[in-house]
Amino acid sequence: MSKVMVVTSGKGGVGKTTSTAALGAALAQRGQTVAVVDFDVGLRNLDLVMGAERRVVFDLVNVAQGDAKLAQALIRDKRLDTLSLLPASQTRDKDALTEEGVGRVIEELRARFDWILCDSPAGIEKGATLAMRFADLAVVVANAEVSSVRDSDRIIGLLDAKTRRAEQGERLDKRLLLTRNDQGRAARGDMMKVEDVLEILAIPLLGVICESPDVLTAANMGAPVTLHSPSSAPALAYADAARRLLGEDLPMTMLAPRQSLISRLFGRRAAA
Amino acid sequence: MAYQSGYQKSIPAAADRAEPTQVRLRGRNVLALVLTPRFPASDWFADLDRQLRAAPAIFEGRPIVADLRAIDADAGPEAAAVVLEGLEERDLKLIGVEGVSASVLARGPWRRLATKLRGREAPLDSPARSATALLIERPVRSGQSIVFADGDVTVVGSVSSGAEVIAGGSIHVYGALRGRAIAGLTTGESARIFCRKLEAELVGVGQLYRTAEHWGAGLHGRAAQVQCDRGSLRVSPLD
Repeated sequence: MSKVMVVTSGKGGVGKTTSTAALGAALAQRGQTVAVVDFDVGLRNLDLVMGAERRVVFDLVNVAQGDAKLAQALIRDKRLDTLSLLPASQTRDKDALTEEGVGRVIEELRARFDWILCDSPAGIEKGATLAMRFADLAVVVANAEVSSVRDSDRIIGLLDAKTRRAEQGERLDKRLLLTRNDQGRAARGDMMKVEDVLEILAIPLLGVICESPDVLTAANMGAPVTLHSPSSAPALAYADAARRLLGEDLPMTMLAPRQSLISRLFGRRAAA
Repeated sequence: MAYQSGYQKSIPAAADRAEPTQVRLRGRNVLALVLTPRFPASDWFADLDRQLRAAPAIFEGRPIVADLRAIDADAGPEAAAVVLEGLEERDLKLIGVEGVSASVLARGPWRRLATKLRGREAPLDSPARSATALLIERPVRSGQSIVFADGDVTVVGSVSSGAEVIAGGSIHVYGALRGRAIAGLTTGESARIFCRKLEAELVGVGQLYRTAEHWGAGLHGRAAQVQCDRGSLRVSPLD
């Protein structure tokens, strides 16, 4: 049974695209067939993070409107052949997508892949609601800071209202992925603690990804962090999260990037 | 455009479909309210208006059948048409009419009313008392607005920042109240707000309201109740 998973957050810049790519690659590494779909029409980023920006010919809008076949638009990853990307259009905007068209594309993807990860745009408007419409499972990405948490709470409210599953009376499985976490700052009170975020959002925790320069490096290299630096702290945390998605019951660990002695002595943070 | 794909989709025209399909017809038994206007109509309408005010729930959304035998016999078909107009004005959902001459029915809007109304008399169940309390067992998420004018609202869970609960009666939050709570929309100043953890942005009872800066850090995060006390809003701890 294929699963459609939406990666959403409400707030922008918290790590949806990074997480979609990282989780997609981690699932594919564990033998699942995965399609990552970029729903951010007009401001696409997933193709950059996947390193496929020079191979985009057709996109989600083309397939949804029937101008291209799905097979023509899907871009297979060069590093993992069980991972494919369906990019978004950069020249159009979100109004180009219709629920009916997206529904057909999702159905076609369900026939070919075990996992379909939908990278939602930020916000609560049509783009975000379309990305979540057909989801079986939602991963809500948030940072441990007040505006991100409030926006994620709003998105959780929408997940309980605007998805097909919610309309049919079923509870949608929602998990929290806390990104850009910094235990040191949380301990000092500069950031919210993980427990505080969980208390407000009241959904089960999928994983905690600590702030790390590896993520930005990987993105600029055009690879998901789980492929580019698989032994880095964020990659290991994403790999654990992928295992939890597959049903394993792993204890939560806060994997933080190792700091050099000098940076610990002088309290310098590596440039993010 | 740089590339035009030749991919065309053809949809078979309706006429080409294999065989014509029939529209599905189903039967259903409905309970309609039968109103029997009497002469003089003005008195009868006065009684009806009183009942509409006292118990609107009985008529709410119900199909109404007008039995105009008495009116037609006593005052003629003209009066029957006037009575029908009177019923429409009161926003009653007329679906059928009986006991009236064909000339009335031939006229304008009354043509749409059903006349094949043979059915059995059925007891009218006493109107179910509308629930006087709303129970919410999930957290109220940011952006959600709960408005319940008919009574108290109880939330088993938290009310998030950016959410609001507006109740006709009191509000009981078995969790943290982080958003807005406005109680007493219908019951007025006797309503109260109770919560396990006061972190609200705004609370109001009846016409009075206060924002968080009013009660300050001393009460923040504590179990509290909000009530009207001699013309002003009082926020006091419960522990």
